[in-house]
Amino acid sequence: MRTLAEFPTLGTEQLSQLRRFIDGGFRSFSREYGETLERLFDPLREFLIFSERLMTQSPWPVVIGAIALIAWLASRSWKITLGTVLTLLAIGYFGMWIDTMKTISMIFVCTVVALALGLPIGIAMSRWDRLQRAINPVLDVMQTMPSFVYLIPVVMLLGIGRVAGMIAVVVYAIPPVIRFTNLGIRLVSKDLLEAADAFGASMWQKMFKVQLPLALPTIMAGINQTIMLSLAMVVIASMIGVQGLGQPVLKAIANQYFTMGMFNGLAIVGIAIIFDRVSQTYGKRLQKHLEVVHG
Amino acid sequence: MADNLNPASAAKAGPDSVPGNAVNISIKHLYKIFGPNPAQHLAAVQQGMSKQELRDVHGHVLGLRDISIDMPAGGIQVVMGLSGSGKSTLIRHINRLIEPTAGELWAGEHNVLAMSPRALRHFRRERTAMVFQNFALFPHLTVQQNTEYGLQVQHVKHKKRQEAAARWIERVGLKGYEDSYPNQLSGGMQQRVGLARALTNDAPILLMDEAFSALDPMIRSDMQSVLLDLQQELGKTIVFITHDLEEALRLGDRIAILRDGEVVQQGTGQQIVLKPADDYISSFIKDVNRGRVIRCRTLMTPGVTVDGPSVDAGLVLEEVARVLSAEGKDAANVTNSRGKPLGSITMSDLIAAMVPPKAEEAT
Repeated sequence: MRTLAEFPTLGTEQLSQLRRFIDGGFRSFSREYGETLERLFDPLREFLIFSERLMTQSPWPVVIGAIALIAWLASRSWKITLGTVLTLLAIGYFGMWIDTMKTISMIFVCTVVALALGLPIGIAMSRWDRLQRAINPVLDVMQTMPSFVYLIPVVMLLGIGRVAGMIAVVVYAIPPVIRFTNLGIRLVSKDLLEAADAFGASMWQKMFKVQLPLALPTIMAGINQTIMLSLAMVVIASMIGVQGLGQPVLKAIANQYFTMGMFNGLAIVGIAIIFDRVSQTYGKRLQKHLEVVHG
Repeated sequence: MADNLNPASAAKAGPDSVPGNAVNISIKHLYKIFGPNPAQHLAAVQQGMSKQELRDVHGHVLGLRDISIDMPAGGIQVVMGLSGSGKSTLIRHINRLIEPTAGELWAGEHNVLAMSPRALRHFRRERTAMVFQNFALFPHLTVQQNTEYGLQVQHVKHKKRQEAAARWIERVGLKGYEDSYPNQLSGGMQQRVGLARALTNDAPILLMDEAFSALDPMIRSDMQSVLLDLQQELGKTIVFITHDLEEALRLGDRIAILRDGEVVQQGTGQQIVLKPADDYISSFIKDVNRGRVIRCRTLMTPGVTVDGPSVDAGLVLEEVARVLSAEGKDAANVTNSRGKPLGSITMSDLIAAMVPPKAEEAT
């Protein structure tokens, strides 16, 4: 009976040996290639620094104007545009302007990278069933693995800082855009593809003139999710040195500064709502033509 | 693919043999078996294995069996059958949306089945256009953009394709709706867009897969008139799929009737109504208004002239009867299109022919 009460495990000896073996292997790998990898990511670091400088060093009225313009172009709603401007003004007034700009810049770069990688992967997945079967479990792991866990190898390889943070954010935020791109393309009606075929469209003509445009509303839903997830992750990534609104939140937790935590938390909520509403209304505007007006 | 394909014949050959840019379509011994391994069962099917046996014992579905149809250049060929008869499968072979298991398919001088993917795309772009039962309009494009689609695929210049599309949109009666989206239009209007999209391609072959079946009877009749009007001036080779005999008789210069993937009978509408090949077709045609199908040329007594009005040999019986009763005469002279008398026809001939024979009604 005792054998059932206790789970048969590897001995403590073997377990720690296994751990030491894997850790040792990874450590020597990062010693060997860490620098090369870091150099590989140099262009991204430059991009991150450039975008952060652009956001923090431009005069604040210009930045607010630019964001308001983007919000207007995407949503065509004066309510959302006005809400955006008021939120940004309030954030600035409460002294969180620089941190907010750093966060927005980080999210911007992370979203761009996630889209640059995620869209092609999603398109490829929609074309080849075998690829879909291979990638889906990987995405499951990326979405369910506690984010702290994969911060460890990233930091070991690249050290603390922006690039490591960005990789952690992209890993966490990329699954929705991949999944929704794949799904959106697969949902395009077979009849329409047959019509395109009947008119002699090539594979690329079908992809860019029929499949992607029709999948766009679905893809936009994925992009919206990706933005939201990167915003959530940016705060966690502050633990490995990503600057922005996450830092004061972290400080507030460590020192039990309630008000400081609240203010910065609300600023995060504010920009989250801006991003969400703007990208959602844009997605909805894309679907306008799908509404059945005539019965 | 099939052994009986002629590999020597190039996919693209010289100019079309038929003048006026029209192309005849010739289908020879076409077989289509659906399933994981069609080639394996082809020989058995060619030797007469039944559809049931193929499905129950071997798990394959027989789509088409030994189809041979010669579709005349510049005419409307109707392929008629009930659902599951293979008619939609057949039309998709003409532009190879479906690959046959065996057989030959020629469009003019082009051996469609020998075409490389690239040649096939060009064939589809330049030689064929298709109209679909469910319209298959692109919901993200406006009427104008939908109509331009075929030309856009061909990389035609923006201005040129805009003009061509505008002309056909007007021709099908949708002027003013250029910037609407398909979902804003009624079914009949949507299919007009489908027709305009196909016509803008200016291809010699027009494939219409139950194009009007989803429309209300009134609108369907309208669309049939639109098509016949257009065909008068275009003279395209039209392949029209339908399950409706009235529609088949009204549109078809020639009709092929399909059942369970086989051609049961083909010929002109008149031939089919007058000489149905079997009980299946007899039951099909028993409710047909024969007065609107049979032409007086078939019934006339040749060489005899009578005292009465002259009617064109192509007129259907109903119209001849109308002429006769308007004139108050008992017989009419039948003339060809140049007015040369061919023979004569009497009112009692007309009445006898318009009533279906008893034997047929019993079946």
